[in-house]
Amino acid sequence: MAALFRNRHLTGWLLASPLAAVLAFFLVLPILMIVVVSFWGATEFSIYPAFEFDNYHFLLTSPVTLQVFLNTFKYALVTWALTLGIGFAVAWFLAFHVRSQTWQIALFLLCTIPFWTSNIIRMISWIPFLGRNGLANSTLISWGVIDEPLEWLLFSDFSVILAFVHLYTLFMVVPIFNTMMRIDRSLIEAANDAGASGFQILTNVIIPLCKPGIMIGSIFVVTLVMGDFITVRFMSGSQSANVGRLISNDIALLQYPSAAATAVILLVTVLMVIGTLLRFVDIRKEL
Amino acid sequence: MDRRRPRSFYPLAAFFGLFLLFLYGPTLTIAILSFQGPTGGLTFPMRGVSLHWFHDLFQQQAVGDIWGSFRRSFALGLMVMVTTVVVSVMGGLAFRKRFAGSGVLFYLVVTALVIPSILISLGVGLIFNQTGLDVHWSTSGFGAQLTWTLPFGLLIMFAVFNRFDKSYEEAARDLGASPWQTIAHVVLPIIAPSLIGVALFGFTLSYDEFARTLLTAGSRNTLPLEIYGMTTNVTTPVIFALGTLTTLFSFLVIGVFLATVWALNRRRARAGSDAGKGMV
Repeated sequence: MAALFRNRHLTGWLLASPLAAVLAFFLVLPILMIVVVSFWGATEFSIYPAFEFDNYHFLLTSPVTLQVFLNTFKYALVTWALTLGIGFAVAWFLAFHVRSQTWQIALFLLCTIPFWTSNIIRMISWIPFLGRNGLANSTLISWGVIDEPLEWLLFSDFSVILAFVHLYTLFMVVPIFNTMMRIDRSLIEAANDAGASGFQILTNVIIPLCKPGIMIGSIFVVTLVMGDFITVRFMSGSQSANVGRLISNDIALLQYPSAAATAVILLVTVLMVIGTLLRFVDIRKEL
Repeated sequence: MDRRRPRSFYPLAAFFGLFLLFLYGPTLTIAILSFQGPTGGLTFPMRGVSLHWFHDLFQQQAVGDIWGSFRRSFALGLMVMVTTVVVSVMGGLAFRKRFAGSGVLFYLVVTALVIPSILISLGVGLIFNQTGLDVHWSTSGFGAQLTWTLPFGLLIMFAVFNRFDKSYEEAARDLGASPWQTIAHVVLPIIAPSLIGVALFGFTLSYDEFARTLLTAGSRNTLPLEIYGMTTNVTTPVIFALGTLTTLFSFLVIGVFLATVWALNRRRARAGSDAGKGMV
C-alpha cells in the first residue's frame, strides 16, 4: 500500500482526477459534441444526425463569413494594440515609479478590483456617458467643441472597442506587472551606470525582459476579444457583427449545426493564433 | 540610487490617474444616476434625488425574478468557490511532480482558459439536450462555470508552489510526519492566504459569469442573465439601481476576502516565528 502511494504517476493522477474529470466532461466532451453536430442537418424546428458538409460549404462560400472574420480580427488587433500600450504604461508606473510597497499593493488592487465585478454592469454604465444626451456630448457642447451631439459615440465600432479596452486592459496590466517585478533592479542600475538614458533603459532593458508578460497578456486579450459576442452585440446596438455573434444568432434561431460549424472554425482560428503566440513564451516557467 | 523621481514620473502618474478615472468613472456615473428622481431618465440631468428606483427593485417586477436570481447566483457562487479551491489545490499538488499525461492535462487547462466561452455554453447545452437531461444552473451551469474558474485557481496554485520552500516539508518528513500530516499541518497552513485568493476568484468569476451560463442555466436565470434580460426591456433607472447594488455587493465580497488575507498575514507576522529572538 505504502509502496503504491510512492508511485508518482498514481498519486499524480489521484490528485488530478477531479480536475481531469471536470475538463473531460465540460471541455473535451462539449468540443467533440460541437464537432459532431457541425456535420448534422437542421430543419426549422429540430436538428437531425447526418454526415454532410453543407454547414461548412455554406460558411466557407458565404461572403458574410469573410466579412465577419475580418471584423473580428479588426476588433482583436485594435484592442490588442490599445490594451498593450495602456497596460504597459500602467504596469511600468506601478513597478518602477511607485516606491513604497504599501502604495504599490494598494494601487495594484485598485486596478484589479473591477475585474471581480460584473462585465455586463460595466458595459451598461457607459450608456449615460456616451449616449446622444450623455455626459461626453453635453460636456463637449458646453465647451463649444462641437455644435451638435456626436452620433458615433455609442452603438458604433468606437464604443465596442472602448468597452473592450475598459474590460480587458487589466489582463495586460497583471502579467506585465508580474514580470516587471521580477526584473533584477541591479540591471537597471548597471544600465544607468553605463550611461543609458531613461528611454534607453526602457527600450533596451525593460521591454525585452517583459516579453513573457506581454505575450501572456496578449493571449488573454486576443482570445477574449475573438470569442466575445456579448460586448459587440450590446455596445454596437446590434449594428456590428463578429464571429461570436454569428454563432449566437444561429443559436437563437435553433440552427445548432450551423452554429457548431462556425464554432469549430472559430476555435481552430483562435488555437492557431494562440499556438503562434505560445512559440514566444513558456507559460509554466513564467508563473 | 538617488532618490530624485525620474522625469517620467509625473506624466505617468497623470496617465495612471486618468486610467483609474476611466476604470471607475462609468460605475460612479450609474451609481449617481441610480438616485434619480421618480421622473428621471437614463441620462443626466438628475430630476431630483430619491431612493425611488431602489424601492422599485423590491416591488414585484413586470418581468423576471431579481431576488430569486440573486439567490441562485449566490448559491452557485458558493458551490463553484468551494469546488474551485478543493480541485485547484489537489491539481496544484499533482502538478508538482511530472506524471504520465501531465503535459496533456496542462494543455487542456490552457485550452479551457482560451476557448471562447460560447463554445462551452453551446457544447454543454447540446450534450444535455441530446441526452435528454434538463439543463439546470446547479448541474450544467455549475460544470460550465468550473471550466473558467478552475484554470485561474490552478494558475494561482502553480505560482504558489513555484515559490514554495520545500525544506519545510522535508523538515516535517524528517520529524516523522506522514504525507497526509505534512500536507494538513505544514503545506496547507503555509499556502492558506493564497487559497483565499483562489476562493475570491472562484466566487466572483462565477457570480458575474454570463456567456458560459447562457445556454446552460435552464429556465431559472442567474443574476447576470437576469440583468442582461433587463437591458432589452427595461428603460428606467431601476437597472442602474440594480447595477449599483450588485456592484456594492461585489465590493463587499472583495473587501471581506482581502480583509481575511490581511488578518491572516498579520497573525502570521505576529505569531509566526520566534527566530532570532533568543532562548525563550
